[in-house]
Amino acid sequence: MTFFAIIGRVVLALLAEIGRLALFVWQAVSHIIRPPFFWRLIAQQVMRIGYFSLPVVALTAFFTGGALALQIYYGGNEFNSESIVASIVALGITRELGPVLGGLMVAGRVSAAIAAELGTMRVTEQIDALTTLSTNPYKYLVVPRVVAAVVTLPILVFFADIIGIMGGFVVGTSTLDFNAGVYIKNTADFLKFDDVMSGLIKAGVFGFIIAVMGCFHGFHSKGGAQGVGRATTNAVVSASILILAANYVMTSLLFAN
Amino acid sequence: MSDAKIELRNVHKRFGSKVVLDGINLTVPQGQSLVVIGGSGTGKSVMIKCVLGIIRPDRGEIFVDGKNVLKMDQSEREKSLRKFGMLFQGGALFDSLSVWENVAFGLIQGRRMKRMAAKDIAIEKLAKVGLGPEVGELYPAELSGGMQKRVGLARAIAVDPEIIFFDEPTTGLDPITADVINQLIVDRVKELGATTLSITHDMASVRKIADRVAMIYKGKIIWEGPREKIDQSGNDYVDQFIHGRAEGPIGMDVLKP
Ligand SMILES: Nc1ncnc2c1ncn2[C@@H]1O[C@H](COP(=O)(O)OP(=O)(O)OP(=O)(O)O)[C@@H](O)[C@H]1O
Ligand SMILES: [Mg+2]
Repeated sequence: MTFFAIIGRVVLALLAEIGRLALFVWQAVSHIIRPPFFWRLIAQQVMRIGYFSLPVVALTAFFTGGALALQIYYGGNEFNSESIVASIVALGITRELGPVLGGLMVAGRVSAAIAAELGTMRVTEQIDALTTLSTNPYKYLVVPRVVAAVVTLPILVFFADIIGIMGGFVVGTSTLDFNAGVYIKNTADFLKFDDVMSGLIKAGVFGFIIAVMGCFHGFHSKGGAQGVGRATTNAVVSASILILAANYVMTSLLFAN
Repeated sequence: MSDAKIELRNVHKRFGSKVVLDGINLTVPQGQSLVVIGGSGTGKSVMIKCVLGIIRPDRGEIFVDGKNVLKMDQSEREKSLRKFGMLFQGGALFDSLSVWENVAFGLIQGRRMKRMAAKDIAIEKLAKVGLGPEVGELYPAELSGGMQKRVGLARAIAVDPEIIFFDEPTTGLDPITADVINQLIVDRVKELGATTLSITHDMASVRKIADRVAMIYKGKIIWEGPREKIDQSGNDYVDQFIHGRAEGPIGMDVLKP
């Protein structure tokens, strides 16, 4: 009896949370398309979310590209390795690793920062104060962050693609003694517009997930500093899991045929 | 009463199993200053948040200018909120904005005023609460608690609202500044014909700003009357409160709920 009661309570809590999230997403999206628009705030968030994430994403991509090149070289047979390394690095980075690892790194950085900022605003009643000053908090706080993240994540991942391939190139030509010209030619031969594009589409979705999870958990945080800390953790964990899940779904849709 | 600016009818609110408002009935006539007194944690702040729509009551009706605010849709409600100014108990200043931007917020975001024009008004309002223009360039974190309160007050009156809520306007101020603030509230009501609802524990403040006084206890209004009657209320609860006695009908259960 108590066992079922516990299960029932957990399921109900989960459904309530999903309902709240759906409502939140609906509010956010409906405000994206309705004026007034806060361009100034969007630009500010583009700087914060996009520009300042560049070093983190670049370093991640560089080392991932390098490690990938080594793995393929050691794992595959030595025979023909020069073309295989270049092509698999290009494919792996643009299709999966660039967007996913880039997304996860930005999730750690940005979801946490958004949740902490909005969470503090919630518990110090600043979000309530917005309402009393005739400013819709969704419009003023959520929309700029969501728009900025959706716009900047693909740009970040595009850079990650370039730098990741460069990472493979550096390792290939220095450690593995490949010929630079041949490596570049192999990369160019295998790199397809569709692969890059699929990664950038994924990145846009990840940007949405990152900003929405940060805002959602910040908005619903309660109970002082501890509550804000919990919101921050929940934002990062849920954003990361949703990114990985969404990546799987999108991969199966985008590469179905 | 037909000239009621704000009217609460049988408003109930509970958080979990904790009953906070248990059938509040309260009327604030047009152009009057009502002061609500009552012990800590008796639901005074929750009550004004219900009127502002920040907290949704479980039961009851709230009328502003004869319209039930709980039945309004989002755009009606936003329009209705333009009439209000609110001083939050904790200040709730936006810590990412400078002091003058805080004060001018309702003008810039809510009324779409040009920044420079709004800044002039902000500096004028700061002067009204005894703060010089140089304070306008500081950030809230750089102010003392009393200064933050005064900035919050300047922000609440910046848009010349018809209805102003003051949640403990003089708490944490020295007696002289407190008197300046009290005088300012009195002037607002006279100058603008504003209707005000204030919450305070400060009896000097009550005697200065109140037209009428209401006392809240255990989620109900237990006494209401004109300021002159407060010393002859014939109500033991009111007597104990205004004289600040530990003994009386209000036991420690109010302090330790
Ligand atoms: N968002 C909330 N969630 C849960 N409980 C709340 C919430 N807001 C207020 N409460 C509870 O409601 C009660 C009344 O709170 P309120 O802030 O209205 O007190 P108050 O009368 O303003 O007290 P004070 O004079 O100390 O400011 C408190 O016991 C508080 O714990
Ligand atoms: Mg209070």
